[in-house]
Amino acid sequence: MNRIIILCLGLALIAFIAWWFFGKHQVETENASVSSNNQSVDIEVKGGYSPEKVILKRGVPATLNFKRTDSSSCLDHVIFSDFGINQKLPQGKTEPIKIDTSKAGEYEWACSMNMFHGKVIVK
Amino acid sequence: MKIKIRFWTSLILSLPILVEMIIHPFTGWMLPGGEWTMLISTTIIMLISAGPFVSSAWSAFKKHHSNMDTLVALGTAITYIYSIYAMFTGKPVFFESAALVITFVLLGQVLEEKMRSTASDAMGKLLNLGAKNALVKKGDHFVSTPITQVVKGDLIQVMPGQKVPVDGKIVSGNSSVDESMVTGESMPVKKISGDQVIGATINQTGSFVMEARKVGNDTMLAQIVDIVKKAQNSHAPIQKLTDKVANIFVPTVLIIAILTFLVWYIFLGKSIATALVFAVAVMVIACPCALGLATPTALMVGTGRGAKMGILIKNGEILEDANNIDTIVFDKTGTITKGKPQVTDIVGDRKIVLQLAATLEQFSEHPLAPAVLTAAKKEKLDLLQVEDFKVIEGHGVSGLINGKKVLVGSLQNWDAVLISPEFKSKVAALTNAAKTVVAVVVNNKVMGLIAIQDAPKENARKAISDLHQLGLRTVMLTGDNQQVAEAIAKQVGIEQIIAEVLPIDKADTIKKLQKKYHVAFVGDGINDAPALTQADVGIAMGSGTDVAKDAGGIVLIKNDLEDVVRALKLSRKTFNRIKLNLFWAFIYNVLGIPVAAGLFAGVGLTLSPEIAGLAMAFSSLSVVISSVLLGKAKI
Repeated sequence: MNRIIILCLGLALIAFIAWWFFGKHQVETENASVSSNNQSVDIEVKGGYSPEKVILKRGVPATLNFKRTDSSSCLDHVIFSDFGINQKLPQGKTEPIKIDTSKAGEYEWACSMNMFHGKVIVK
Repeated sequence: MKIKIRFWTSLILSLPILVEMIIHPFTGWMLPGGEWTMLISTTIIMLISAGPFVSSAWSAFKKHHSNMDTLVALGTAITYIYSIYAMFTGKPVFFESAALVITFVLLGQVLEEKMRSTASDAMGKLLNLGAKNALVKKGDHFVSTPITQVVKGDLIQVMPGQKVPVDGKIVSGNSSVDESMVTGESMPVKKISGDQVIGATINQTGSFVMEARKVGNDTMLAQIVDIVKKAQNSHAPIQKLTDKVANIFVPTVLIIAILTFLVWYIFLGKSIATALVFAVAVMVIACPCALGLATPTALMVGTGRGAKMGILIKNGEILEDANNIDTIVFDKTGTITKGKPQVTDIVGDRKIVLQLAATLEQFSEHPLAPAVLTAAKKEKLDLLQVEDFKVIEGHGVSGLINGKKVLVGSLQNWDAVLISPEFKSKVAALTNAAKTVVAVVVNNKVMGLIAIQDAPKENARKAISDLHQLGLRTVMLTGDNQQVAEAIAKQVGIEQIIAEVLPIDKADTIKKLQKKYHVAFVGDGINDAPALTQADVGIAMGSGTDVAKDAGGIVLIKNDLEDVVRALKLSRKTFNRIKLNLFWAFIYNVLGIPVAAGLFAGVGLTLSPEIAGLAMAFSSLSVVISSVLLGKAKI
């Protein structure tokens, strides 16, 4: 009897994992707050990035403020391969990263092991 | 909490457990306090050393993400919690598994962090090359000024042993300069008044005054740093598969772990403890990090190494393309040859012919023009007045001099021009000798001929034969006629020639070749931009300090043909290393997970979670070490 319960629990857990990680889920998105001649977004780095999707206005100089509160070494660098940016993120410190917004488009960022991703959309 | 503190805490606390594990079978020695001591040490390890794994895994989980921390946190937490339950119900405990897995994983991470900083070292070195101060002329004196305040046009004095602060031109004095840090050229370069000097290079013998031409982000060093940075953080297409795998890796491993548990416990009827140990081993041995690190670390070391040799590979895609090249096409002038043609023969009235030619060529940007002008200067000839100057693309130049219509250029396509049989035979003789013949035509009649030759570079033959050894076909592309091209090709050993190609048709010619071959094109970074862009791999050869403007995926800072060979060898080596890393990372997981799951338990092959943890730590470490070693490989 015990075994059957555990079997059911195990299968339920597999179903949950598949749904939780592979299912479609809403991504946290944030529009940049635009002041006179600058726009910026604060991004918390903890088990990934929040927000994960940032929308910037074209032509306005932009800064993304990354703050890593997670101690995982996976997240210790943030890489924007389109811009050649590889910024070290010391834990607990806010690191401003300037983004070139002169061209509209989607630019991905990732952690140094390419496990966590985020996206900048310049409109 | 610093990773080092976490590591040392777990190491010190797990050492007694490890010692007991090893010597207990021989001596029967037990840890004082037994399971209670283990519980206390492991609890501290879980709180201090494993805590961050758990919190990172939890915050990732909330965002529907997972990573290596998820596996480590879950694996050790399950072992730890089960062991507490087992302790109070009188069953065997596995505290040592939790403690040792954490210790090994952290050991791996500490070493890996060190190795990763070694891998990106080339960059740091490049950035620190620049001088901090410059002696700038203010009034009558040269005053030490911070480099950030130097502006274009400043006159700067550079003393022996000092670094050249910015890019510029020598206005007085002479010296020899060590340019190895920027161009990779090992021999010092002689510099006299009028020569270009590059910022961050080291002045050796004399002192000179230079005019600042490029400062700040415009300097060659800043441009190189920018290119290398972009290259080091770019992606290679081969990564696409890993990226796909990485996205589903951890959840898949979790599912496999649950299945492992279910199979051992339910279908094979083993105890919960045994089934758990197998499931935890699966979670701990799986290593997404090795997959994630395989490409970027090798790319970082490879492109950084290139930069040190004066070879800038712009991104991972180029590196991969360079690996598939089977044909390499060279532009002739300035690439195979020295690019400084000289007048060797003049037929007709020496003075008049040269004077007319020089008068028109002074406005021309044709590569042969400087040769004519230099010759005219040598003979101290005055230039005349020109009206109605025109450039006939690919053919020559024309204009009115003293009321006469004068044409200077190659003879092909000028069917309407009158030429005497004597001149005709001269043309043939000169062309046979691989010289370019420029005709001076006055009122539609050939008045004289100028023969110009551009000799091949000294090391061209060696470079071409090295390329043949790499298994590549070599082709030379030139606007010159077939005979000239053939003569040069023969001298340097090039297999195929495509002659009489107009500059605007170069890109089209490459396109035609691409139908059959994977083509690399080697040429001038600015003038050959369309062909460089068209080719699968464009290799731009040293065209000055504006490296950022150079078209093409690979930029060679020195004007050295051997660097083409080195660039291709480096690309192949780097790409092979990426493949090796990926292969190792995949095969490790593909073999490791079934073994950890106990698939081979029948033949006695099983892995305890702590050994799985050790294997995991070293699999990602070995990938990084393999990449670092690329920096030492022979090229």
